Amino acid sequence: MEPLQKTTVLNAPIVFDNVHIGFDEKPVLQGVSFELKHGETKILLGIAGSGKSVLLKLALGLMKPDSGRIMVLGQEVSSMDERDLFALRRHVGMVFQEGALFDSVTVKENVAYRLREEKLSEEEIQKRVLDALTFVELGHTLEKFPSQLSGGMRRRVAIARALITQPEVLLYDSPTGGLDPITSTRIVELVVKQRDVYQTSALLVTHRLQDAFTMATHYFDTKLNQMVPCAEAQPRDTRTSFLLLRDGKVIFDGQAVDLGRSKDEYIREYIA
Amino acid sequence: MEIVSPIQIVKSNLLAVQDYSNLAGRSITNLFSKPRYMGDTLQQADLIGVGSLPIVVLTGFFTGAVLALQTSSTLNQFGSLSLTGQLVSLSMVRELGPVLTSLMISGRNASGMASELGSMKVTEQIDAMRALGTDPTRKLVTPRVTATVTMLFFLSIISDLVGLIGGWVVSRYMLGLDSNQYWNNAYQHLVNEDLTMGLIKPVIFGFIIASVGCYYGMQTVGGTQGVGRSTTQAVVASSVLILVLDFFITRAVMIFFGTAM
Repeated sequence: MEPLQKTTVLNAPIVFDNVHIGFDEKPVLQGVSFELKHGETKILLGIAGSGKSVLLKLALGLMKPDSGRIMVLGQEVSSMDERDLFALRRHVGMVFQEGALFDSVTVKENVAYRLREEKLSEEEIQKRVLDALTFVELGHTLEKFPSQLSGGMRRRVAIARALITQPEVLLYDSPTGGLDPITSTRIVELVVKQRDVYQTSALLVTHRLQDAFTMATHYFDTKLNQMVPCAEAQPRDTRTSFLLLRDGKVIFDGQAVDLGRSKDEYIREYIA
Repeated sequence: MEIVSPIQIVKSNLLAVQDYSNLAGRSITNLFSKPRYMGDTLQQADLIGVGSLPIVVLTGFFTGAVLALQTSSTLNQFGSLSLTGQLVSLSMVRELGPVLTSLMISGRNASGMASELGSMKVTEQIDAMRALGTDPTRKLVTPRVTATVTMLFFLSIISDLVGLIGGWVVSRYMLGLDSNQYWNNAYQHLVNEDLTMGLIKPVIFGFIIASVGCYYGMQTVGGTQGVGRSTTQAVVASSVLILVLDFFITRAVMIFFGTAM
């Protein structure tokens, strides 16, 4: 794919421009370029080892690319130093693959982590932590430790931790990986709820096609307080797009319906 | 089997030295700007300082006691048993107090730091911390370095005192020496050089223990096996560095005070 033109709207929450990165002589991402629009959720698909988690870490500045530019919220993350990145990261939330909760402190302290850095009052922290945990339906687990929670609950706490400062961009790394179908659906519902109620822009990495298609074909109904499928007769724009990576290159960037209609053999095999 | 080229070995060692120097330098410079995590520093000081008191007291006491015991027969041959107090005091203050205490603390705390930080690294908690906008060196490394340097200073002093008490117990009850003579002897022969040497060493060794422990922890890769490896390497590296630097510090202080031959 050719690199993005300079006139591309740099106010887009995330822009990758011809990014290359490799480890131990092996290329992981080769010339990756794409743009995440405001309020859009872009789902990154690809087989294991195709560089999806690396892409998310690059977006957060946890790694630096070998070449190319990465713009997050208008700032060039690929060339900022660690100190400046800390200020930017307050506007970006990330949910790690296994949750990555701090296992020696309680759920409450995990979720309150960012707020403690900002030195808010105890009542304010308590209120906001409870709100965030209630959003993920875990308001009763404040004093528990991560080791006492199931995998799905840990994942939800990690989401609450990322959401608490209402970041403008969210990065999800396999939020439903290793979970049973019912728990996965609950997590997907949270992602859809966040997308529709708060219009947060998000990059979501997943292996599970069924979760990806669920997100593209469902929306969160605030009156019913649950996720419902979009009616066939009234198609809604769920602001969800797909990006498919293969061998470090982008081979598809578009809507779910176009993915289904693709004539590319690899893509057809992937979604079969 | 793949044979690693010598150039690769040299390169990776140089990189390790560079990364370590970076981390060690930042652990100090972080103190000069905000945010500073005083709560974490106090917590570490409690764990490292107060937590290590029992082993420091035991180590110091028995070291002082065995010093008096071992040297008694030799001193007696020269009719100099009365010099026991001075011998125990100089050995403890100049050398054994700081070095043995540091080696104990290294085994206890460098391993603890390496395993704790290593476990956090392999479970992505360090990345999560960075993602949440916190500098891991400020939050994790600087408090540990500050706490270890401060606490080891005081622990060495305690070790010296307890060592002198151990020496006194042996002198009084096994060698039949007069208590007053022991303590006077022990105290009068201490000079500035001894104290300087005995107090600079814990500061430097404390820095080594914490920075090496944290370095190996933050560099851990390879899951639980990696954590085990880091922990072992941290203890070995900090112990060796302590013993090597001990020689050079001793020499440097002696040159400074003009007692070097």
